[in-house]
Amino acid sequence: MTMSKKHPKPEELVAIDYQPRRRDWMDPHVEFRKGTFNYSANPKSMEYLGLPFVRKWQPTEDDWKLPPNWKEIILNGLRERIDRFRSLRIFMDICVRCGACADKCHFYIGSGDPKNMPVLRAELLRSVYRKDFTTAGKILGKLAGGRELTIPVLKEWFYYFYQCTECRRCSVFCPYGIDTAEITIIGRELLNLVGIGIDWITTPAANCFRTGNHLGIQPHGFKDSVDFAADDLEDITGIKVNPSVNRKGAEVLFVVPSADYFGDPHYFGFLGYLALFHEIGLDYTFSAFASEGGNFGLFHSHEMMKRLNAKIYAEAKRLGVKYIIGGECGHMWRVLHQYMDTMNGPADFLEVPKSPVTGTVFENARSTKMIHIAEFTADLIKHRKLKLDPHRNDNHRITFHDSCNPARAMGLLEEPRYILKNVCNHFYEMPENTIREQTFCCGSGSGLGTDENLEMRLRGGFPRANAVRYVHENHGVNLLVCICAIDKATLPGLMDFWVPGVSVGGLHELVGNALVMKGEKERDNDFRGTPLPGKEEKVHV
Amino acid sequence: MKILYSLLAVSISIAFAWVGTASGGLHYLFGVVFPAVAVFLFLFGIVYRVVRWARSPVPFHITTTCGQQKSLDWIKSSPLDNPSSTLGVIGRMALEVFFFRSLFRNTKMELKNGGKLVYGSAKYLWLAGLVFHWSFLIIVLRHFRFFLEPTPVFVGVLQNLDGFFQVGVPVLFMSDILILGALSFLFFRRIVTPQLRYISLISDYFPLLLIIAIAATGVLMRYFLKTDLVAVKQLMLGLFSVSPIVPEAISPLFYIHLFLVSVLLAYFPASKLVHMAGIFLSPTRNLSNNSRMKRHINPWNAPVKVHTYEEWEDEFRELIKGAGIPLEKE
Ligand code: HEM
Ligand code: SF4
Ligand code: SF4
Repeated sequence: MTMSKKHPKPEELVAIDYQPRRRDWMDPHVEFRKGTFNYSANPKSMEYLGLPFVRKWQPTEDDWKLPPNWKEIILNGLRERIDRFRSLRIFMDICVRCGACADKCHFYIGSGDPKNMPVLRAELLRSVYRKDFTTAGKILGKLAGGRELTIPVLKEWFYYFYQCTECRRCSVFCPYGIDTAEITIIGRELLNLVGIGIDWITTPAANCFRTGNHLGIQPHGFKDSVDFAADDLEDITGIKVNPSVNRKGAEVLFVVPSADYFGDPHYFGFLGYLALFHEIGLDYTFSAFASEGGNFGLFHSHEMMKRLNAKIYAEAKRLGVKYIIGGECGHMWRVLHQYMDTMNGPADFLEVPKSPVTGTVFENARSTKMIHIAEFTADLIKHRKLKLDPHRNDNHRITFHDSCNPARAMGLLEEPRYILKNVCNHFYEMPENTIREQTFCCGSGSGLGTDENLEMRLRGGFPRANAVRYVHENHGVNLLVCICAIDKATLPGLMDFWVPGVSVGGLHELVGNALVMKGEKERDNDFRGTPLPGKEEKVHV
Repeated sequence: MKILYSLLAVSISIAFAWVGTASGGLHYLFGVVFPAVAVFLFLFGIVYRVVRWARSPVPFHITTTCGQQKSLDWIKSSPLDNPSSTLGVIGRMALEVFFFRSLFRNTKMELKNGGKLVYGSAKYLWLAGLVFHWSFLIIVLRHFRFFLEPTPVFVGVLQNLDGFFQVGVPVLFMSDILILGALSFLFFRRIVTPQLRYISLISDYFPLLLIIAIAATGVLMRYFLKTDLVAVKQLMLGLFSVSPIVPEAISPLFYIHLFLVSVLLAYFPASKLVHMAGIFLSPTRNLSNNSRMKRHINPWNAPVKVHTYEEWEDEFRELIKGAGIPLEKE
């Protein structure tokens, strides 16, 4: 398919051919077509992080300026990881190529490219594993499905490991739970060993390492954003909230993805947090150093993930808080739920989280000492500690997008739904095969959300958008609610492209809108500045 | 091509055993040596594979959750699809191993005109897979009447169940029909579906064809070209008691059957068939989702260079001060 114009049209993208090509997949071949890949990492960022083989190169160039012993480095890296990760070794060995995972990947559905079937994505690495690490492959080579690691194979890895959002949908359907995300994560790790990474991951990681957040916002900038939000909230509600930064002795450290205080529509949810915590009188503080819960290190390597995440416990300890609450973010919660305690723990200097308002002890976070804001808020609502007026959200007909990681690496499914049903009156689920553990990725996760990769993102987001279109057409849904910073950043564009007329919002934006605060003035507008239901005329007089 | 190679490999095995025993007089080789070597390779190979897997640690707790987590008391969790306890994990694994739970979720995506995606139910793979595996298990267990004297009781029970319909003489076993049907489905599915054919390797066709050949030769012996079962049992008992005898009267067909089984056993540990053992060790399935409740230990927890608060404060001290944010060191 050729894409002549800069911006493809929906009719063009939807003409997908699922017929595999004639060329055998074992014959490596990749074409770096504009719009379907990411640019290489900025040398400055690589240097700052101390990454190896810093140089200028681009995927479209013939010569990637690899170190002379690149192959040895990668094969040694693979050997090391086979010995370190049972997941990898098992996943390399037991796939039966039943194909159950094939049409479960949003990138395959949206592109028809057979190498985007999770099974083939994994085979790109598995074939090299067979060639160099199994007896049959060493002797029989291609007959046993083995493939020599060559530069074209390496280029294929780069292309297809960055066309996987590490969403784990394939893993749900695989009879052995083979998780292609795990293979992609390790595959990217291998590429980074020879200095092949993408800028949209490496630069945020470098920023985060230096300033504490991906956007590179420095301490005073962070403080300004928080103060600015407090002022905005006062304009809307008439209530002055007083959030603190780096305050020692607070009960709770609150960590959010940085987009929450800088991005649109994230910011409206940030106002929601501030309103909520003020209303219940929570004794909490932000940290200008742990000013990022998101972790682009996860998309780079296990080591980078650990490096970036260290600050969260470090700050909790320094500030002397009792426990930590985390905001709305998908991959951030993958790290917090499944990696943090192991990597950066033990958190024995913290206490088991206990809601100061309801007295609920969060046994599910007994060891990590970190809870999800949706767990916290759902508990408040259940105990009727919040006065909510769902009519204030009546302008919205809402559906909920389960973000990949909270759904498939945590199981946070009911908490957000419970909250939603209490803060709005019009909630509609998307079709069954597209929600909860079967949810479809936004198509831009795992560091792929760049403009240069737009076509691939629109393709990858197609199944998600399609399900939204269904509720848009059948129930008039006009707001897609989610609990992930990447979703909030990328779904608006995806909606404009595939389902115009649907906007994107956060869960705590709706909580904040519905929350009736003690002593608030009569609100005319919601957090976005649009008139609340019934207030439309007033604004226009 | 790949199908052809697999077909060739199975055919050569058959021809080899036939020629060897029908005219070569190599009964001892095919009746004793090959089976013994195959059993050894099978056992040694499986143990080797499992030990290798087990030696790689599970550094992170990467459960794939397929239902509601256990969090607040009043929210109903899914103990089997998202287990938080060992008991739940056992339940989840049992569902996977006995009923192929995950495969049961299978759907088929279709892109309709006008760009609408629909996901239809697609249970045939699950059904055929389940029928094949269960039939295989039942058939293997039934074979114990040749391996043990006296024949174990469960074999009789299985035979009665399996031959429940009492059709034909000798009684037709349902598992024989089902395994051949299911295997044929699995094989043709691979050839007919373009995507599957695209991903299939020799090592995908070969085991299917090999097992089809084993089942077919078995069926031939049982229902059509009778073999001297007393002699077969003598041979097997001899093998299992490590004092082999080679009775005269057994037909080449039996040796073909036995040789194909030997090939399967020897091939097993070196192939994808190790999924039988691997499924139990898959970390996305066999870990409970309790990573926030209980600390999971990574034995090699890699040391990394972190950016400390002190370094951060040092770099931004003036800005922090200017913004009125508290400092550690003024
Ligand atoms: C714990 C025991 C086992 C479990 C849970 C298990 C599970 C599965 C599952 C879920 C599949 C994918 C679906 C399918 O294609 O049928 C599969 C495929 C397969 N299994 Fe097993 N299996 C086990 C043991 C065995 C054994 C002992 C054999 C035989 C030698 C075997 C041979 C095969 C073959 C040949 C396939 C591929 C079928 C195809 O190509 O379509 N499995 N197994
Ligand atoms: S579903 Fe699992 S076993 Fe089947 S092809 Fe995909 S990864 Fe392999
Ligand atoms: S993890 Fe998600 S993006 Fe990656 S192969 Fe699996 S389904 Fe596709």
